[in-house]
Amino acid sequence: MRIPLSYTFRNLLTRRLTTILTASGMALVVFVFATILMLAEGLRKTLVDTGSYDNVIVIRRASTTEVQSGIDRYQASIVETQPEIAIGQNGRRLAAKELMVIINLPKRRSEKPSNVTIRGINEQSLLLRPQVKLIEGRMPKTGSYEVIAGENITRRFRGCGIGEKLHFGMRDWTVVGAFRAGSTGFNSEIWGDVDQLMQAFRRPVYSSVTFKLRDASDFEALKDRIESDPRLTLEARREIQYYADQSEMMTKFLRILGMSLTIIFSIGAMIGATITMYAAVANRTSEIGTLRALGFQRRNILFAFLAESMLMSIIGGFIGLFFASFMQLLTISTVNWQTFSELAFSFTLTGGIVYQSLLFSIIMGFLGGVFPAFRASKMNIVDALSTR
Amino acid sequence: MHILKLIFRNALRHKLRTSLTILGITIAILAFGILRTLVSAWYSGVEASSSARLISRNSISLVFSLPLSYKEKIRQIPGVKGVSYAIWFNGAYISEKNFIPNFAVEPKTFLELYPEYVLPEDQKTAFIRDRKSAIAGRKVAERFQWKVGDIITLKGTIFPGTWDFVLRGIYYGAEKSADKTQLFFHWNYLNERLKKTTPRRADQTGVYIIAIDDPDQAAEISEAVDRTFKNSLAETLTETEKAFQMSFVTMTEAIVTVIQLVSFMVIIIIMAVVANTMAMTARERIGEYAIMKTLGFGGWHIAILIFGESLVITMTGCVLGITLTFPGAEYFGNTMGNFFPVFDVSAMTLLLDVAASFFVGLIAAAFPTWHAVNIRIAEGLRKIG
Repeated sequence: MRIPLSYTFRNLLTRRLTTILTASGMALVVFVFATILMLAEGLRKTLVDTGSYDNVIVIRRASTTEVQSGIDRYQASIVETQPEIAIGQNGRRLAAKELMVIINLPKRRSEKPSNVTIRGINEQSLLLRPQVKLIEGRMPKTGSYEVIAGENITRRFRGCGIGEKLHFGMRDWTVVGAFRAGSTGFNSEIWGDVDQLMQAFRRPVYSSVTFKLRDASDFEALKDRIESDPRLTLEARREIQYYADQSEMMTKFLRILGMSLTIIFSIGAMIGATITMYAAVANRTSEIGTLRALGFQRRNILFAFLAESMLMSIIGGFIGLFFASFMQLLTISTVNWQTFSELAFSFTLTGGIVYQSLLFSIIMGFLGGVFPAFRASKMNIVDALSTR
Repeated sequence: MHILKLIFRNALRHKLRTSLTILGITIAILAFGILRTLVSAWYSGVEASSSARLISRNSISLVFSLPLSYKEKIRQIPGVKGVSYAIWFNGAYISEKNFIPNFAVEPKTFLELYPEYVLPEDQKTAFIRDRKSAIAGRKVAERFQWKVGDIITLKGTIFPGTWDFVLRGIYYGAEKSADKTQLFFHWNYLNERLKKTTPRRADQTGVYIIAIDDPDQAAEISEAVDRTFKNSLAETLTETEKAFQMSFVTMTEAIVTVIQLVSFMVIIIIMAVVANTMAMTARERIGEYAIMKTLGFGGWHIAILIFGESLVITMTGCVLGITLTFPGAEYFGNTMGNFFPVFDVSAMTLLLDVAASFFVGLIAAAFPTWHAVNIRIAEGLRKIG
């Protein structure tokens, strides 16, 4: 015979203040747990979405980012003529020789400067990245001092709105368009004509060559050829891999921080649950005695108290998740240490995170309730009944 | 005196509950302390900067260099005491995961401008004389077990190739805040090789470090430097070292803000736990409070009992938490050590620890106290369990 769940429910209701306090402690822990997972997921998603599986990026050997890399025109043209590169609808190879540098721009609101990536593109660049869509204005004309900015940049940096002017490399650049690129890192970039930018920055070398493969499985052969070519000092990586590598340090940092916080916080919340449940058991000693006298088994008592603790923690878990889901409205923007440039990403809630958070809250409730529940189930009927 | 005794006796009545609550506070204070230390580690570069130094960099951004010819021009500006230059080399030791900040510097002027990096005299001369040599901070030398005389090979990321250096000295900090995780080598060594491989990158430097006579003149001198190079191919942006370091912090401000928020959240969580304990305790003792009132004790007396108990619990936890913060910070600092050169618990952190515990103790006791003081005697006596 099981003790009905309504008994558990009623008990939680009777000790409202205590239940609320304990559950809200749990809710906060789940909130923190979920937000950190969401942050890591948002970062991962942003960087993974930035790359495509059949795109290959070639940068100088041993440089970890495009900014550090340098590829001279001769080497770039060798890469550009590799046979595995796909041909676009316009009959030209889908390869873009690009320049990437970082410029320092002040933010609109705080006036504090941050590092913004500026990418020199050619007409193939857009074809290689179908996720990039112009949302306002027009594309820059080739050979002009015009740029377009990602939507994260337009909104947040001074001089990056449409019609505004940026000054660098001894000339003014007009922003003629804004683009959106899903939830990718391109949203945090400024794009302009590669030849004009190379001239302005007095940098006669490209930073990278990106191209689409005719067949995604050609990658290994192509990589070997590029990396063993004595004329080239370059290395090739799948674009996906390249962007994942860039977030390595930040992901590691978030993971260590997230793990430590979660462990510490959950210990705190479990202690709260344990205290509450011990008190619940102590207060109900005679009640437990009565239940036992009525014929309920020890394990029924054990389950009833465990259920109470777990129910409380699940309530906390849902409250925590409820508030965490609002974090999706926020966008975090920070400088990625590895690329030394601004990257905006938002908290992303996935089914996996919901599941993990709820599981986590149940485990907390179980661990917090297990000792008190054992104490309750071990009680001697006569002793329990005789305490008032 | 009696009341103190009563407070302690009361706190010990539910040994398990009290010790669990204390454990909770200990952990919360430990977490709070480490998070605050993490935040101050973020600012360690700013803390360690000197007001008598300016940093001049390319106005476009740090990835662009400045020509070496600027050195003499800067030196001529009134108020400038000395000029040195450095370039961010970012070489990787064995693998990119072993992050060591490394710079190519002009050794003689650099060591003059940074008196906080202290070397024994013989090591200093050896370093200045040997163009292929490098010096490393005590912390990084310990981390990789480097000894003076070792050959260190860095793999260039910005400047391609492998670069060998002979370690000629290990510096230590004149102050605790000095960064002891860096590696410095000769700018000339880098430059000679660039002249051969990529001449267009030769004779360039990343930043100029400018020592000034009077820190109050920092703004005027910065402006004078920037004016000198206005409308040139490489315009400069000169700011105090503090502002320069601060710009790195503000770039990652979002993360610092998140950590700060979380550190307050841990306090709120523990507040819920302590408030819960106190609410339960007071509820169980309502009958006793009613008896005390009957005996003629005033409301303030009961208030002192509850507040006292709450504070005894939180302050004990606080002391334990602070004790654990030191080894905790050290462990955490080692795990994340590659990110942060300085990871020390500051006095401010300890002060905040104490303030937070006190605050939690007060808030947690407030509601139960209000309830206990206001309850009518008859009602309190009737209440059971």
